Amino acid sequence: MLRATLFLAAAAAVAMTGPAVAQQNEQFLPSLVYRTGPYAPNGIPFANGVIDYWNMINERDGGINGVKIAPEECETGYATDKGVECYERMKSKGPTGAGYFSPLSTGITFALTEKVPGDKIPLLTMGYGRSESRNGAVFPWNFVAVGSYWTAADVAVQHIAKEMGGFGSLKGKKISLVYHDSPYGKEPIAALEARAKQHGFTFKAIPVTHPGVEQKSQWLAIRQDRPDYVLLWGWGVMNPTAIKEAAGVGFPRDKMMGVWWAGAEPDVIPAGDTSTGYKALMLQHGAGKFGIHADIEKHLIGKGKGQGKADDIGHVLYNRGLLNSMLGVEAIRTAMKRYGNKPMTGEQVRWGFENLDLSAARIKELGFEGMVAPIKLSCQDHQGADQARVQQWDGKAWKVISDWYTADQKILAPMVKEAADKYAAEKKITPRDCSKES
Amino acid sequence: MLYREAGQFKTSYAADMAVFPIRQDRIALWLLLAFVFIGIPLLANFQIWPFGSEYLLRAILVPFLILSLAAIGLNILTGYCGQLSLGSGAFMAIGAYCAYKFGTGVNIPLFGLALSIPPLPVLPSILLGGLMAAIGGILFGIPSLRIKGLYLAVATLAAQFFFDWVFARVQWFTNYTSSGSVNAPQLEFFGLFVNTPIERYMLCLIFVVVFAMLAKNLVRGNLGRQWMAIRDMDIAAELIGIRPLYAKLMAFAISSFIIGVAGALWAFVYLGSWEPLAFSIDRSFQLLFMVIIGGLGSILGSFLGAAFILVLPILLDQVPHALGIPVSVETVSLLVFIVTGALICWLLIVEPHGFARLWATAKEKLRLWPYPY
Repeated sequence: MLRATLFLAAAAAVAMTGPAVAQQNEQFLPSLVYRTGPYAPNGIPFANGVIDYWNMINERDGGINGVKIAPEECETGYATDKGVECYERMKSKGPTGAGYFSPLSTGITFALTEKVPGDKIPLLTMGYGRSESRNGAVFPWNFVAVGSYWTAADVAVQHIAKEMGGFGSLKGKKISLVYHDSPYGKEPIAALEARAKQHGFTFKAIPVTHPGVEQKSQWLAIRQDRPDYVLLWGWGVMNPTAIKEAAGVGFPRDKMMGVWWAGAEPDVIPAGDTSTGYKALMLQHGAGKFGIHADIEKHLIGKGKGQGKADDIGHVLYNRGLLNSMLGVEAIRTAMKRYGNKPMTGEQVRWGFENLDLSAARIKELGFEGMVAPIKLSCQDHQGADQARVQQWDGKAWKVISDWYTADQKILAPMVKEAADKYAAEKKITPRDCSKES
Repeated sequence: MLYREAGQFKTSYAADMAVFPIRQDRIALWLLLAFVFIGIPLLANFQIWPFGSEYLLRAILVPFLILSLAAIGLNILTGYCGQLSLGSGAFMAIGAYCAYKFGTGVNIPLFGLALSIPPLPVLPSILLGGLMAAIGGILFGIPSLRIKGLYLAVATLAAQFFFDWVFARVQWFTNYTSSGSVNAPQLEFFGLFVNTPIERYMLCLIFVVVFAMLAKNLVRGNLGRQWMAIRDMDIAAELIGIRPLYAKLMAFAISSFIIGVAGALWAFVYLGSWEPLAFSIDRSFQLLFMVIIGGLGSILGSFLGAAFILVLPILLDQVPHALGIPVSVETVSLLVFIVTGALICWLLIVEPHGFARLWATAKEKLRLWPYPY
C-alpha cells in the first residue's frame, strides 16, 4: 500500500513537469465552458459557437490580421470556485496573456469582476453579469455589451404592455417572475420593481432553487395567484421544467416570457408540445442561418473541423457564441489598428473594446446582417446597445413576433448610476474621467 | 536510519510531554515552517518554477490552505469528538457573511432604537465572523446531547439548509444588493494592503499555522481527552465524570469557530465576491470527505485530505493537456470524476483510516528500519 502510494505520487510529479510551449505570434484566447453538469445543455452550443468562430477565422483568414488565434477551453461546470481556478490557470498563457474572458455565468462574472482590474484583462459578459457594469468609469474592465438584465426586464414589460393594449392597461394587473435563485435570477428584480411602481401593476418574485428541477410548489402558487403574465428567468434544466410545470397547472404558455437565456432550443424541445406558444426575449439575434453560417459550413463543417454538430448550426445559443467571439475578435482587430498587427495584451484589447464601432455596413461585411443592430462602445458606455425583440416557439422553430424595442433610459440610467456609485463607494474606487481617455 | 532515536533521552516532564517527542520530527517541522514562510516567498520572488507562477499560489495553495483550516475545524468535531456533521458549509457561510457585515458596518433596528457598529477592520471582522459561527454551532449542537451518529448528521443538515435559506432570503445580510451577491472589503491589516498572490498566501498561512498549533495543543489537553472519551464511548465517559453537555458543546463551538474563520477567508481572500451557492451542501460533503480520506482524529490528516480532495482533481485535469493529448474538456472532466472516485474507493479499501494512518505506518517502519516487522 505504502509503496503504491509513493509510486503514484512520483508519477503525478513527473506528469506535472514540462509546461507546453506557446507560439510567439499567437493571440491566446481562453474559453470558460461547461460541457458537463445541469447547465450543459445550454453551455455546449454556446461553447461550440465560440470556438467555431475562432477556428473559422484561423481557417478562412489565417487569423486576425495574420495573428493566429490559440484557443483553449477550461471546464467550469458553472461552479464559481472552479471558474476562478480556470481563470487563474489561463490568464497568463500565450505570449501576451489572455485577450479577454467570457465566463457565461453570472456567479463567475461577479467573482472575476474583483480580479480583472489587478490582472488588466477585459471581461466580455454579453447580455449577462452586472447590469451596472455598463458604467465604464467605475467598471473599466467589464463589458456588458449588447444588453444587460435590466435592458431585458424593461423590454419584457414594454412587450407585455403592448400585448395588453398600452402602459395604461397594466394598472392593477399581476406580473410574476419565476427566477433562478442566484445573482443571475435576482438581477432583474430591481428593474421590474421600478416599472411596477411606475405603472401600478403588482409584481411578485418567485424563487426556484438551483438547479431548478423541483418547481411544483412554485407553480401551485402561480395557479392560486393567477398572474396575468409570468416572466421566466431560468437557465439550464430549469427552463423546460418550468414550461412543463406551467402546462401541468394549466397556465397558458403564450402568457409566459423567458429572458434571452431562457429562449433557446434546449429550453423548449425537452418540454415537447407543451412549449408551443412560449415566448422569449432575443438578445437582438435569434435562431436561423445568416452570412456567417455559410463561411462556418464551408471552412469548418465541410472539412470536418467543426465543434458544433451540423444540425445545431443556426440554433440560438450557437449563434450567441458566434456573436460573442465576433465582438471579441473585432475588439482585437480595433486594438491592432492602434498597436500594430501582433498579439494584443488585455489592456490593449480593452482599448479595442472601448473603441469598437460596428456600423451596419461592417456588420454586413462580417456576415451578421439581420442578427444584430449596430453597436458602438465607449469609455463611459460599456453596453453600446439597448435593443431587443421577442420571439415565439411555434412547436418547431423560433419565430420573431415583434419589432425592435428600446429600453427606457429614463428609468435605467439613474439605476445604473446609483448602483455603480454604491459599488465605487464600497470598494473605494475613484471613477475614471472618460473625457481624458484617448 | 532516518528515525534513529538512540541517544534521545527525556530528562524532564516537559520533554516527555512535548508535541513532537522525536527530535527528527521537530527538525522536519522547523524545516517545513522555514520553507513555507521563507522559502516559498523567496522562490516566488525570484520567479523560480513552479513557485514563480501566480497560478500555483492563487489557485492551488490559497484554497488548499483555507480548506485545510476548515478540515481541521471539522476534524475536531467529527474526528476527535465523534459528532458527525453535515453543516460545515453553513458554518463557513456564517463566518463569511458575518465577517462581511462586521466589515461593512452593522445596523440593527430594535423597536425604534438602532444598534449600530461602525465598519470594523478586516482582522476583527474575520474573528467576529468566526465567533458568530461558533454561536451558530452551539445552537445546532444542542441536539447532539440527545441524538448521535447519522441522526445527528441529519440534524446538522438542517443547519445547512436553514443558513442557505437565511443568506439567500434575508437581504439584511447582503446589505440589500440587488443581485444578492456581496463583495469582500479591501484586505487591510494594520495599514498594510494584502493584494498580491504572495501576500494572500502569507495571510492564509499565518491563520492556518496559528489555528493548527492551537488545535494540536487543544486535542492533547484536558478538553481533547474529554472529546476522545466521548467519541470512544459516551456512557463510559459520563460515568468517569465527563460532562457531555460541556464537552460536546465546546467541540461544536471551537470547531465552528475555526470553520467560520475558514469561511471568511474563503470569501475574502479566495473568491472576493460570493453568493450562498459558494457554501452549499456540496461544500459540507467536500469537507467531510477531506476529513475521512485524510484521517479522522488527526491534524496532519486534515492537510493530507484537503490536498487529495482539492488539489488532485485540479492536477489530473491538466495532465492530458500538459502531455499534449488532444482530449476534449468534457471527457477530461468526466475522467477526473472517474479517476478521483476510483482512487477514493481504492484508498478506503486498503487503508480505511486515511492518509494519516498511512503516514503513521511509514513512520513506524522508518523508526525500526532496517529491520521493520
